[in-house]
Amino acid sequence: MHPWLEKQLHLIDFTLASLARRKTKNVGLLLAYTLIVFVLASLSLFTHALRSEASYVLAGSPEVILQRMVAGRHDLIPPGYLERIGRIRGVQKKEGRLWGYYYDPVVNANYTFMARPASEVADGTIMVGSALARERGLAPNNTISFRSYAGKLFGFTVAAVLSPDSELLSADLVLLSENDFRRFFEYPEGHYTDIALSVANPQEVRTVAAKLSTALPDSRPILREEVLRTYQSLFDWREGIVLTVLAGAILAFAILAWEKASGLSAEERREIGILKAIGWETGDIIRMKVWEGLIISLTAFLLGGIAAYVHVFHFGAAVFAPVLKGWSVLYPRFTLVPAVDGLQIATLFFFTVVPYTAAVLVPIWRAAITDPDAVMRA
Amino acid sequence: MRPSTVVLALLAGLALAFAVIFGHFSGSTATDAERLAANRALVEHYGLTDLALFTEARYTRHPSQADLHSAFQDHPSALEHFPTGSLVSPRSLPLFRDASLAGKTTSPD
Amino acid sequence: MIELTNIRKAFNQGRHNEYWALHGIDLSVEAGKVTALRGPSGSGKTTLLTIVGCLSRPTEGRVRFKGEDISGLPERFLTDIRRQSFGFVFQQFNLIKGLSAVDNIILPGMPTGRPRRALVERADELLDQLKLGHRSRARVEWLSGGEQQRVAIARALINDPEVIIADEPTANLDTALSREFLAILEGFTAAGKTVLLTSHDPLVVDSSAVHRVVGMRDGRLTAD
Repeated sequence: MHPWLEKQLHLIDFTLASLARRKTKNVGLLLAYTLIVFVLASLSLFTHALRSEASYVLAGSPEVILQRMVAGRHDLIPPGYLERIGRIRGVQKKEGRLWGYYYDPVVNANYTFMARPASEVADGTIMVGSALARERGLAPNNTISFRSYAGKLFGFTVAAVLSPDSELLSADLVLLSENDFRRFFEYPEGHYTDIALSVANPQEVRTVAAKLSTALPDSRPILREEVLRTYQSLFDWREGIVLTVLAGAILAFAILAWEKASGLSAEERREIGILKAIGWETGDIIRMKVWEGLIISLTAFLLGGIAAYVHVFHFGAAVFAPVLKGWSVLYPRFTLVPAVDGLQIATLFFFTVVPYTAAVLVPIWRAAITDPDAVMRA
Repeated sequence: MRPSTVVLALLAGLALAFAVIFGHFSGSTATDAERLAANRALVEHYGLTDLALFTEARYTRHPSQADLHSAFQDHPSALEHFPTGSLVSPRSLPLFRDASLAGKTTSPD
Repeated sequence: MIELTNIRKAFNQGRHNEYWALHGIDLSVEAGKVTALRGPSGSGKTTLLTIVGCLSRPTEGRVRFKGEDISGLPERFLTDIRRQSFGFVFQQFNLIKGLSAVDNIILPGMPTGRPRRALVERADELLDQLKLGHRSRARVEWLSGGEQQRVAIARALINDPEVIIADEPTANLDTALSREFLAILEGFTAAGKTVLLTSHDPLVVDSSAVHRVVGMRDGRLTAD
């Protein structure tokens, strides 16, 4: 075997023997390091996959949604509003939508009620999202009653439960007929919640929105691109909890590296002196320490990364679930498509492996370059 | 076996597993693609605009539809108190509607 | 073999605690013989030893090894010579705790890139010669003083050096073990090795295994 390779193996043998002398401490170190990588990698994988899925799926949302604002708050679309939009070139379809929120005191959950055409949902029936169904124990043909905000009780039969695969989008949905919606919420006749417009040519969307703003000055057009942008900034690293986790992990890592870099014990210094005295060059000692840094940091990175992948894509990021759930009762069950951002993984690699290896080298630098005659004097 | 060869072999094995998992297993399978397409169709059909991820409050449930002042709820100093509200950022770029104000205000909306 | 010309060594030079350990040593160490430096502590014996063995450089003067001037060489070449040609036995043994005897012995051989198997074989051979084969895999901190010294000697021999340098080799040994050490010395001479050692133990200095005794006092050679 090539002498250079054999020499590296010797150096690794020695560094492993050194590590084995403080077995508990070094295993603890490795575990802590792996844990940090695990948390950071999980966060990175999860947020990226969620964002990817959101941007793909929400690309189907309406091109423009028009809301009406009164005194800075979202208000209803009054009768005649739709007609005032008139004919704007490029608008294929415009429809008034009816949707709102309902608080269910039985399970302390919030639902989103949406009105659908009679062809989809008949009067007296509803379609529910599968998380909701799970929470209230509903199956097709079950009945359920909701007490309206006016105090009246309304009974509905569950016509269908939406697919569990779509829980991420439909977890809390209750779809009912327009008549039922208006009766339940005592929605003023002729009013709508907002207007959805479809524009055929994506280049024209902004022009259409500009025309809408001029025609209806109290309106607020929300473009699909803004919807998508909202979800791009989801879990941004500047966000509250993400920042806290990140800061915590970075701090932990810094402590780890600091502990390594903060100097040699007398014993370690003596050992380096001995190695130099018996014929090891400065370069050999540094190489040996580099191996130590690399072995620990690479093991931690690879183990942490693999564990993170399994955690996020097989266990649905179970560790983060309580945070994501917050105070809500309904939480969708979903598995994400593994979408990996190579850049993020590379950054994680660079910021864990390199600093640690450097931290290992810092304290031995001086010891490695001094003359070994100090050993004779010890 | 020498400790060095054992460790190097372990590292190589881990690296291989890492590469396979991240290289081969990422990206969607056929079932995934189906599911995603079905969900996209669902979004189009129902005109959905948001993920049903955070059902805590109106503005966390529909962050893209929330108006500018919803985080204040009913009072100017009713500051953010829903945990998941901290996961969705305030818009960093101005809304289309407010584009005419760009550069004229000291802070973004 | 080794020629020292006007060797002077100062510590903390230029500072208020400047101290000259050696004041001009001229010495010639003969090849294949055992030379002993005798003198009280503080006489500069250990300092001279470190200079001869390339562990430090003289402040003034020259060291010639086999005719070649080594005192001015860069660290890389000095370490190379030290590794190939000199074997050290320290007074405190300076073995690395937590490693086995064998692992300690092969340490000087590691930077050479020699295959591990060859190194371990040679180490076992040396341990057998020193009658320590049965303890080869034991951790060095569990060995007795005499056993540790033999491990230190074996370590010094792993690269088959021409010169053995030993600092106070019998300081931590009883009479019986000291006698055994002298036998080992004779073995070195029989193998054609040069030995330079320091001692103030009369058992060593007066024995027949030592061919030449050089006295030292206050950093200077004295007439022996």
